Amino acid sequence: MYEKTLTQLAAALKSGEFSSRELTAHYLQRIEKADGKLNSFISVTAEQALKQAEVADNARAAGTAGPLAGIPLALKDIFCTRDVKTSCGSKMLDNFIAPYNATVVEKLNAAGTISLGKTNMDEFAMGSSNENSYYGPVKNPWDLAAVPGGSSGGSAAAVAAGLVPAAMGTDTGGSIRQPAAFCGITGLKPTYGRVSRFGIIAYASSLDQAGPMARSAEDCAHLLGVIAGHDGRDSTSVTRGVPDYVESLNAPLSGLKIGLPKEYFGDGLDPDVEKAVREAVKVYESLGATVREVSLPHTHYAIPAYYVIAPAEASSNLSRYDGVRFGHRCENPTDLTDLYLRSRAEGFGEEVKRRILIGTHTLSEGFFDAYYTKAQKVRRLIRQDFLDAFEDVDVLMGPASPTPAFDLGAKKDPVSMYLQDIYTIAVNLAGIPGISVPAGFSNGRPVGLQILGTHFAEAQLLNVAHQFQQATDWHLQRPAFAEEYA
Amino acid sequence: MQWETVIGLEVHVQLATRSKIFSGASTAFGAEPNTQACAVDLGLPGVLPVLNEQAVAMAVQFGLAVHADIAEVSVFDRKNYFYPDLPKGYQTSQMYHPIVGPGEVEITLEDGSTKRIRIHHAHLEEDAGKSLHEDFHGMTGIDLNRAGTPLLEIVSEPDMRSSKEAAAYLKAIHSIVTYLGISDGNMAEGSMRCDVNVSVRRTSQDPLGTRAEIKNVNSFRFVERAIAFEVERQIELIEDGGSVVQETRLFDPDRDETRSMRTKEEANDYRYFPCPDLLPVVLDQAYLDHLRGQLPELPADKRERFQNELGLSAYDANVISASRDMAEFFEAVHSVCGDAKQSANWVQGELSGALNRENLSIANSPISARQLGELISRVLDDTINGKAAKEVFQALWNGQGESADEVIDAKGLKQVTDTGAIEAMIDQVIADSPAQVAQYRDSEPEKRGKMIGYFVGQVMKASRGTANPQQVNGLLKEKLDALL
Repeated sequence: MYEKTLTQLAAALKSGEFSSRELTAHYLQRIEKADGKLNSFISVTAEQALKQAEVADNARAAGTAGPLAGIPLALKDIFCTRDVKTSCGSKMLDNFIAPYNATVVEKLNAAGTISLGKTNMDEFAMGSSNENSYYGPVKNPWDLAAVPGGSSGGSAAAVAAGLVPAAMGTDTGGSIRQPAAFCGITGLKPTYGRVSRFGIIAYASSLDQAGPMARSAEDCAHLLGVIAGHDGRDSTSVTRGVPDYVESLNAPLSGLKIGLPKEYFGDGLDPDVEKAVREAVKVYESLGATVREVSLPHTHYAIPAYYVIAPAEASSNLSRYDGVRFGHRCENPTDLTDLYLRSRAEGFGEEVKRRILIGTHTLSEGFFDAYYTKAQKVRRLIRQDFLDAFEDVDVLMGPASPTPAFDLGAKKDPVSMYLQDIYTIAVNLAGIPGISVPAGFSNGRPVGLQILGTHFAEAQLLNVAHQFQQATDWHLQRPAFAEEYA
Repeated sequence: MQWETVIGLEVHVQLATRSKIFSGASTAFGAEPNTQACAVDLGLPGVLPVLNEQAVAMAVQFGLAVHADIAEVSVFDRKNYFYPDLPKGYQTSQMYHPIVGPGEVEITLEDGSTKRIRIHHAHLEEDAGKSLHEDFHGMTGIDLNRAGTPLLEIVSEPDMRSSKEAAAYLKAIHSIVTYLGISDGNMAEGSMRCDVNVSVRRTSQDPLGTRAEIKNVNSFRFVERAIAFEVERQIELIEDGGSVVQETRLFDPDRDETRSMRTKEEANDYRYFPCPDLLPVVLDQAYLDHLRGQLPELPADKRERFQNELGLSAYDANVISASRDMAEFFEAVHSVCGDAKQSANWVQGELSGALNRENLSIANSPISARQLGELISRVLDDTINGKAAKEVFQALWNGQGESADEVIDAKGLKQVTDTGAIEAMIDQVIADSPAQVAQYRDSEPEKRGKMIGYFVGQVMKASRGTANPQQVNGLLKEKLDALL
């Protein structure tokens, strides 16, 4: 069963080929067998999943099941779930159970999907390798010596290994697209405001956005249709209507104008990655698209601007973890300051502390204008770069990451890790949508093609990605791990 | 040496919304600790604020009432600091783009003169919870019921020059917010709190002196006392060769003094930045016009109208217009009896006295405006005299009768104006008082005026207070003089 895409599974459930209970048990069994090696889950909720599956099967029998009813999924452990721990990959929240569901979770529940559990992630979504988790690093199923990418590394690895058909991730600077690229799956970061952030533990509120990670663009289209839409509990979610993302998947691409940002093909780009991306672009040309070079002149300011804005917001967002009301509290505090200092020193990991320090510094009196205000100006310029480019072309294409997955422990220096996100980070600063699709391999490790569109162009991105996947089979390739261990 | 005091006020007004500024939890006062705090108020992970539209409308109404510029775009910022009763580790406030821009308020001083106090701006923010330090065995209890309650912080320019002016300004703000119905103005429950900035300088030409900020002064009286103490402290300090340091001080009403809380060096760096969870508030002209159309007549307009159209004195007009409830009661009384001066006298005199004695607000007056208006009408049309009127008032207050007329009939208080009846009573009194009559006859003419009082008293007593005193006086004089 695990060989099938989510779309195929939905069809099989509908035709009665197998029940949701059988399907759910099948995946739970695979997790049981394989996840000791991958470490992609923080919590597996087998009992609850089987109960949900039974409800879905009953709904199916009664004729009230929706198209995705009974499909097992996994949730990055950043989505709050009532009655199930939501750790955000941190010791700080190792004991935290939210009394509410994230809106994304509510919508998935309403659609009748099944949650198999909560996936591993970089602590508070801060990281590009999933090595910053309190629950230990996640391995890449294509090569257990490699990282799966981050911060949604658990979701990406679990989908790639066939432990779950699809999973939910979040993306603040590339955290869906980069692990999708590293693990050879399809991952979509929607436009900022397209999906409600309510119940998603905040890292950088003006950049965070949830999206689907699955085997194909078609799978992502099904899932985005479920989770997108306005939410009265999130003021930054937009009221704009949600189109039928599946319906438009098969629109022909003849006449599609593709832009290749020259800044995305410069120094530091792995030659194998570049080759795979240029091959993919040729496929598009064969489908009737035209290609031209474009420029996004402020690209190189994206990482510095991001590492001012995101830590600034994070330093404030993470102030609530003070040991007073929930989360980790130190033993026997002697006074209030001791309670604060030790609870936070013990509860947060290195990278989280680093970003809190950076953010606190950049917001401080005397530094605010030089850092924060300046970074916001840069952010506007970066956004304008994209808007200018979309005057001339329909979509932009380039690599999702400058290299394929690197080895665990290979990037000790935080700045070299930050540079991993060079092609993904500007997209969050601009608020536009982006998708990463499998486009080949480099030494056995997957390469991702990133496709970018203007605000709310998700339907077009999914269409463009789907047509590529109709013409190629990179997305259907499975790591040997999926057969060997599970 | 003569010193000039310079005062600016930051007034925090708790807005009377039903729910909190960023959540749906109730704002009612006095509930069990932590029963009115939802996930948003508790700052749980992943929750988000949603702005309460009613709080915005109330802030705008205040802005319109003080003739302020209303910002087309205002922005919420985060003020970051750690404190156990601040659940998120930041307070959502408006630092850089407040909703209400510069405006002004007219204050009336005790001598009836007026002065304009400029408002620098007013901004919306959320209140924190409360730390309770008693009864927790050396630990601190946190009650988050108040966390997220909407506040409007009104910041004045340093335009006040005495504690009296500061108190008058605070009263003016109190009038405006209660007139608008945007706050209950209850200072005892903390619905209005005030930080006072005080400095002194030798002449009004000198630059402003270094100021001290006195935190959380919670009554009109305390504002005056805190300023009086602080001004004296600062002057003494300077005259002794010292200098004032910029600091935050706390007023202790029990000791009647201010104490240092923290100096400028110890002050927090709040690291303000725009809150990314809230969109900028964009207001269009149609919305402002709509709210402007709903504004009630405001205290300053009422005061002016009471003076110019109804002929009240500046003092009466000021006192009555200060409270919307009192002003509306007065207007209702006036509409029944038609005499503004009498209405003002009764409302401020007999009625206010009785309300104060029983600690009642005018909204809970046992006597309605209609009842009081009819009572005054009966005085005006000579149905009863002043003495009987007080008796009728007392009876109505005690619920003995529905209307003044009913009480007058039941108690037989109708004034006797029939000359024949009064003359009969006079004749009887003269007949019963031969000694006093003789004394009157033998007195010097200029002393007789005083002596007539005895006879008036006897006649009034005989009529059980119902005889018209003017008639009694005139007729008595005629009859006594006829005996000379």
